[in-house]
Amino acid sequence: MAGIQVLRSEWTKIRSVSSTVWTLGLAAVVTIALGVLISALSRREFEGLGARDQIAFDPTFVSFAGMSLGQLAMIVFGVLVVSSEYSTGMIRTSLAAVPQRGTFLFGKVAVATLLAFVVGLATSFVAFSLGQAMLGEHAASIGDPGVLRAVIGGGLYMTLIAMFSMGVAAMLRGPLLSLGILMPFFFLISNILGNVSATEKIGRYLPDQAGSKIMQVVTPFGDDTPYGPWGGLGIMVLWVGAALAGGYAVIKKRDA
Amino acid sequence: MIEAVGLTKRYGDKTAVHNLSFQVRPGAVTGFLGPNGSGKSTTMRMILGLDEPTSGQVTIGGYPYRKLPNAPRQVGALLDAKAVHGGRSARNHLLCLAQLSGIPDRRVDEVLGVVGLQDVAKKRSKGFSLGMGQRLGIAAALLGDPQVLLFDEPVNGLDPEGILWVRNLMKSLAGEGRTVFVSSHLMSEMALTADHLIVIGRGQLLADMSVKDFISHNSADFARVRTPDTEPQQREKLTAALTEAGGQVLPEQDGALRVTGLPLPRISDLAHDADVRLWELSPHQASLEEAYMRMTQGAVDYRSTIDQRAGLQQQLPPGAMPPPQAMPVPGQGQPGWYAPPPPQQGGHPFAMPQTPAGAPYASGQPGGPYAAGPAAGTNPYAQPPAPAAPAPATPDTTQRDSEDLR
Repeated sequence: MAGIQVLRSEWTKIRSVSSTVWTLGLAAVVTIALGVLISALSRREFEGLGARDQIAFDPTFVSFAGMSLGQLAMIVFGVLVVSSEYSTGMIRTSLAAVPQRGTFLFGKVAVATLLAFVVGLATSFVAFSLGQAMLGEHAASIGDPGVLRAVIGGGLYMTLIAMFSMGVAAMLRGPLLSLGILMPFFFLISNILGNVSATEKIGRYLPDQAGSKIMQVVTPFGDDTPYGPWGGLGIMVLWVGAALAGGYAVIKKRDA
Repeated sequence: MIEAVGLTKRYGDKTAVHNLSFQVRPGAVTGFLGPNGSGKSTTMRMILGLDEPTSGQVTIGGYPYRKLPNAPRQVGALLDAKAVHGGRSARNHLLCLAQLSGIPDRRVDEVLGVVGLQDVAKKRSKGFSLGMGQRLGIAAALLGDPQVLLFDEPVNGLDPEGILWVRNLMKSLAGEGRTVFVSSHLMSEMALTADHLIVIGRGQLLADMSVKDFISHNSADFARVRTPDTEPQQREKLTAALTEAGGQVLPEQDGALRVTGLPLPRISDLAHDADVRLWELSPHQASLEEAYMRMTQGAVDYRSTIDQRAGLQQQLPPGAMPPPQAMPVPGQGQPGWYAPPPPQQGGHPFAMPQTPAGAPYASGQPGGPYAAGPAAGTNPYAQPPAPAAPAPATPDTTQRDSEDLR
């Protein structure tokens, strides 16, 4: 009963602020546009690649290249959904109406997650088809082995990124602090840790590195990652679960 | 009915609320007064289950808020008028709260009409004035048609018409048998709105009494005496004579004297004996605002000081004389200059109806805290309690005085 009320209310909340349209719209546009651009460039560069790289060329993954930037807008979406309650003070009114704090938090996360999944999945399909169109004769087909899994996985990846951000924002409450930690982490630190050989083995267990494995169809040459595409997504799900559990503990324990 | 028992809230070393016990009864408006930072909002948040008390408990109808069945239909609250998402329209704000509480959508348009926001219902609340925000917050509190209502500073930012509207709304809600708990730091506003008062300072209970009792115990009488402006020595002469006769004399800003402890005819006689002419001798009643300020004086956390503007003054060369400072207005800045003198040591800083017999200013003493008497022996000016000055003591006068202050 209370759960359905929270879902209805959260849907009203999320559709009645313009930041929802802006952040989700930006996530879609950036991911698609950058994917198209990089796909077009890759087609021209393909002839110049070495034989090894030509074999390891992953047209599906290339068309998702925009996700590294598009995910930042998804992070902003996830953070704002949760932290706007705190920054506006609305949280007190909300929790006075729903004293069951767990129901409130997970109702909110559920609505935002569903919306992020719809947008993420659509973005993933559009980015794939436009990207393949740019790649021309090097394109992959949706019917090829592993490709459909990668495209659906792209939608799941964006959804999980948003969920992770919601969990972190529920722990930290403030939008500035949450964004100030999440943005540099996903844009810089994770990339650096993943590309420096000394920290590579740790870096690949970070949520975005592990999760993005689901979008790969062709395994890069010399890759010794100990998990497969679904294993990687599983690691990311664990991260998301931990973030949300932390958020739940904070909202349950601390004074609003 | 709201009931707090030994309610305590600590934030680290700072105790925001200390051992607070009170009851808020249905069918009356209960005013919740205290200076800034005295713990009013913390108490309100604990009533709503938002903050967990360090010890003690507070219940509504016998249940802690978080265990209250169908809480949003039982309790409505306005905590902070600015606590709305600025990008959301007033109607959508109320709609998501209604849905959260399982209240039908059409109720939203009803309460928008009640608070007079129907014309701006579709506008983003970002552009709302503080007064419009208060109306939106009150609308949210009324959504569930609750039996218990809490309002934290509801008249802040409202225009006079809005204040009158809130006042009447509170009274009519209480008239319908609801429990109405309103916090404020304006005694004058509460004297007009509330039936009962709970006063706290530094998180502790200072008073829990009906407004009627508060008025009859704390509205002190004094006489204003003015001597000819042209002859300041007459004023000093009279001050000496009055002090010698046991009166307490405080200078006012415009040169008049505020005299307590002496009836008007006696002041006139003393002036005549001292050969001092009077330009004014009038009975006055200290307002409730003054009584309240005296009550909370010791519990004010944030007190302003006189601006010396020293940081703006140039360094003077050695040996140079500082420029002459403007003389401060007599009495200004010293605590209590506006109020009748504080009572003697050992007494309560204000009158409580339940003061046990034999204690200072036992009830029934019309002079209240200002009648000398219990401190006789230590007080050099001690005199048998004089009958109070025949000041008009009707609540109407008090109200007028209070309103003048605002």
